[in-house]
Amino acid sequence: MTDAVTTPNIAPDEPVGPPVETRVTRLKNFWSDFRQSWVAIGALIVIVTLLLLSFGAPLVAPQDPYDMAMLDWLDAFLRPGTEGTGGYVHVLGTDNAGRDMLSAILYGLRTSFTIGLSAGALALTIGITVGLTAAYFGGRIESVLMRIIDLQLSMPAILLALVLVALLGQGVMQIILALVVAQYAYFARTTHGAATVERGKDYIEAARSTPLPTHRVLFKHLLPNVMPPLIVVATVQVASAIALEATLSFLGVGLPLTEPSLGSLISNGFKYIHSDRYWLSIYPGIFLMITVVAINLVGDQVRTVLDPRHSR
Amino acid sequence: MFGFIISRFLQAIVVVFAMSIIVFVGVYAIGNPIDVMIDPAATAEMRARLIAQYGLDQPLWRQYLTFLANVAQGDLGRSMVYNTSVTGLVFSRLPATLELVLVAIAIATIIGIPAGIYAGYRPKSFASKAIMALSILGFSVPTFWIGMLLIMGFAVELGWLPSGGRGDEGTFLGISTSLATANGWSHVIMPAVNLSLFKMGLMIRLTRAGMVEAMQTDYVKFARAQGLPDRQIVFKHVLRNISIPVVTVFGLELGSTLAFAVVTESVFNWPGVGKLIIDSILTLDRPVMVTYLILVVILFVIINFTVDIVYARLDPRVRLGGTK
Repeated sequence: MTDAVTTPNIAPDEPVGPPVETRVTRLKNFWSDFRQSWVAIGALIVIVTLLLLSFGAPLVAPQDPYDMAMLDWLDAFLRPGTEGTGGYVHVLGTDNAGRDMLSAILYGLRTSFTIGLSAGALALTIGITVGLTAAYFGGRIESVLMRIIDLQLSMPAILLALVLVALLGQGVMQIILALVVAQYAYFARTTHGAATVERGKDYIEAARSTPLPTHRVLFKHLLPNVMPPLIVVATVQVASAIALEATLSFLGVGLPLTEPSLGSLISNGFKYIHSDRYWLSIYPGIFLMITVVAINLVGDQVRTVLDPRHSR
Repeated sequence: MFGFIISRFLQAIVVVFAMSIIVFVGVYAIGNPIDVMIDPAATAEMRARLIAQYGLDQPLWRQYLTFLANVAQGDLGRSMVYNTSVTGLVFSRLPATLELVLVAIAIATIIGIPAGIYAGYRPKSFASKAIMALSILGFSVPTFWIGMLLIMGFAVELGWLPSGGRGDEGTFLGISTSLATANGWSHVIMPAVNLSLFKMGLMIRLTRAGMVEAMQTDYVKFARAQGLPDRQIVFKHVLRNISIPVVTVFGLELGSTLAFAVVTESVFNWPGVGKLIIDSILTLDRPVMVTYLILVVILFVIINFTVDIVYARLDPRVRLGGTK
């Protein structure tokens, strides 16, 4: 399987020798392993579709839920499939303010993705820096940094984020900051774990003995080799950031309803749970669930493919 | 073994102190509870008096020392909202949370471990794949959303179970608990199932992973070659070997289940500590927040400590590595 993919990539004028794993062939190998699972492919398609729909929300959604002028009280609590005063069918119904649920969900999904992805990226960057620094320099720096990480990891992320958001106040920036603080430790621990294995190897010794600046050795030589476990952690953490944000908003300390995320939509709908207006909370919840599960399924397959014990 | 316990114990104390400083500074450095409590029409003088009364005009390090001195006397301060002693407040809410957590962990263990053993014993069967798919659902779908679905299904649609709150309390072995009455059980079962799903997913994956690995080891092959029935191999030999990681996680998860109870308690309106912390965050009730957080830290440290000891008992290599 692997040979069939790599062989055509070696051009005839290249030096003869064992096939070198270039970045392209590595990516191709990864892909050919990844697509072994139909579930993972399906999940990937779902994620891409949701990303396109949510970031294209201004073009796709029938209504701008932020625009108060477009909302009409007469449209409040319309059942799914009813036509409203706007002259179009509200496929998923409307909420208490006459907001079209489908539009609100797409805009909310956009907020959730934005928060999840930026929190994940920031946490990854900070975590990598802390983890690599600790592993590379060793000694006292390492023990202090890792002690702090261990301390932090002994607190559940949900609690940490809860307290931070409570103190920082509501808003997208505050939530992202809270999530980053709550999550960077996972990346730092993973980076550190992988990097302590790598640092003892000859190529790092060799790189260190040259006059290369430290940051080059760290980021050009050490980092690429600790990436695989980090990619797995990153997928899981983006999903958990989205879920955490939704949870915080649901608990009332996240985003306000004027800036809908999936969590605040569900939280709003939860108030009407006893009055048979199920669509207010069910539909945003289904989108949240599909998003989080799809990301996790992709992450699961990435883990399987990148696992060194996994036979090719 | 004794040296190992001492060194772990000292480490635990350092951790508690460090965390208490972080929590204290974190909670006290940001936000001003006086702004929340005080009548906007109050004069500057009244404001200053109130600030002095709560000791908020002191430098932070002195506030911390005062706090430590009070804690040493068992006084964790008074709630700014309920105006009662925080210790009493937290301990009055604790039984409800413990009930919920114990039932949840029991459910997760009773269902999770057998399911994990089966999934690891017959990894290729359809039932195993279904179990694994469900376990992914169990820990990727947010708790509050499943809780809401449970309420919609069993309370609103079917009307079988109450949608929230804690049931009647009864007395069992001298302890007052809602687990002693049928009404109490009808209230606890739904939130407990909700809280257990995440743990169950974890328990299944852990047991399965250990099981798969153990079934390929030489001692299992040898036992099979000896002609021992599979039942005996699994329950007498394999289970013993995979119990180490399961015990560890069981212990560690006890703490995080308490933390996750925050969400479940809010969804089901369960009058436990988790609901208390959410309310105190929304009202900036600092003493309650600090007490809750420090209790959580102490709990985590105790759990880690205990798990370390248990681990060392079960596996001598840990003990030898730890005392070096």
